[in-house]
Amino acid sequence: MVDTRVTLSGIQLDNPVIPASGTFGYGREFAELYDINCLGTFSFKGTTREPRFGNPTPRIAEAPEGMLNAVGLQNPGVERVIAEELPWMKEVFHKPVMANVSGFSIDEYVQTCALLDREEQVGWLEVNISCPNVHGGGMAFGSSPQAAAEVTRAVKAVTAKPVYMKLSPNVTDIAAVARACEDAGADGVSLINTLLAMRINLRTRKPLLANITGGLSGPAVFPVALRMVYQVYEAVRIPIIGMGGVSSAEDVIEMMLAGASAVEVGAANLVNPFACRDIIDGLPEAMKEYGINSLTDIIGGAHNG
Amino acid sequence: MIQDLYSIHYNRPLTEDVWEMRICGDIHEITAPGQFLNIRLNGHFLRRPISICDWDEETAEITFLYKVVGKGTATLSQMRAGQALNVLCGLGNGFDVSKCGPRTLVIGGGVGIPPMYGLAKELLKAGKTPVVVLGFNKLAELFCVHKFRTLGVETIVSTVDGSYGVKGFVTDALPESYDYFCACGPLPMLQAVCNATTTSGLLSFEERMGCGFGACMGCSCKTKYGNKRICKDGPVLEKEEIIW
Repeated sequence: MVDTRVTLSGIQLDNPVIPASGTFGYGREFAELYDINCLGTFSFKGTTREPRFGNPTPRIAEAPEGMLNAVGLQNPGVERVIAEELPWMKEVFHKPVMANVSGFSIDEYVQTCALLDREEQVGWLEVNISCPNVHGGGMAFGSSPQAAAEVTRAVKAVTAKPVYMKLSPNVTDIAAVARACEDAGADGVSLINTLLAMRINLRTRKPLLANITGGLSGPAVFPVALRMVYQVYEAVRIPIIGMGGVSSAEDVIEMMLAGASAVEVGAANLVNPFACRDIIDGLPEAMKEYGINSLTDIIGGAHNG
Repeated sequence: MIQDLYSIHYNRPLTEDVWEMRICGDIHEITAPGQFLNIRLNGHFLRRPISICDWDEETAEITFLYKVVGKGTATLSQMRAGQALNVLCGLGNGFDVSKCGPRTLVIGGGVGIPPMYGLAKELLKAGKTPVVVLGFNKLAELFCVHKFRTLGVETIVSTVDGSYGVKGFVTDALPESYDYFCACGPLPMLQAVCNATTTSGLLSFEERMGCGFGACMGCSCKTKYGNKRICKDGPVLEKEEIIW
């Protein structure tokens, strides 16, 4: 028997597979298809203090081996998430969930995190300082080590739950941002968010997305994500949740060898609604194939020493 | 919703750029006309959402029509009989036939026409008398007209250039007497239909989608009843809730 268990900040997961925020809603659509209790956990839809509709449509575009989205953090706001979504999650999903939080000011991050801190189903806070699709917030906080550290410190002050800062790949030195988060007290880092991208419609000669730019995800970004996880692993001692184009059990193993303690799966859920279940089902065989008894043992295995 | 492999029975062009495909597989998740499929194609990351034209419970066949407009639909047009197609089937709410009156207008424009065939069939099955209005640009682009007429329903056709039927848009060809309407077609057509009709009705919308089953919020729209996802809460919306 192979051991797929991993631990994130003292909370054990049955396996490292976590649907990524924004590709899994609050789990409702997937719970209709399969028992989502097979998941390690899931990171629910990015939640803000106030309800948000997000960006105008079109919000989605195709890319080679991937896709662009410019949803812009559509969500019902933290109060409705607490009143309507978390009770549902508690009923259906019998493990701690990861609460993904976004904001447009440090105050807003703090208020949303403080409210979610009281919710027992929430195991971790994943603080998104890297959304490329909103203006005047999001990625702005993840673009400099100082701003990232400021959000980290402010959020850590209002919660006892482990805080994972979700980092942007759209920076010169992601390791520097990760280090700043660690120094400011982050319990872990999640990376990568989507890569800032665009497409142009040849017929209309206009950008395909109403927001002009969007975030690229899918298998196309996997090698970039892997490289960044590898670099961040060298720079910090806190756990890393690796993500970006993961779509198979082999990708999970590769991401963990680069340094991820757990792995999020995003765009794959949208084209194969059973992607996470399939990846989890495929882990034991892939582990046997590569001579792995325990996934925990291979974290960072690609690094020297 | 089900994800399964469907086998292609045929794939053939009806006009210069509109194709018809018939596939066979699990049809149990189809609950209403106006629902759609989301089709995975080699070499394309996102699935392609395409409305169901007709389905046959006895033979487990689904027929759908599509217009070749980009790389995805071009790939689809190259698929051959006997090949397997990875499909998410039974997506969206579809038209609620119980809301329709005894004499419901069934209005389709261009590639918005195919789902209206399944609707007309279901209305007939429910003992109602649909009156069909189909809009095209010109005679050479006509498809499906004979299919509707074979059902034995009154079928009015309009062409923008007047090369067939009533000259003008579907709104120039609406009959006087009806008690409800259902429409699918380009956005300007839907808006014109809403303005021209005097009764309540249902309209089917199109939007670029990520997943097609409600997970990604890629196709959201604002309505008077709150935010809705075209793929999951739609594609069919009530006339009264639409914010133009």
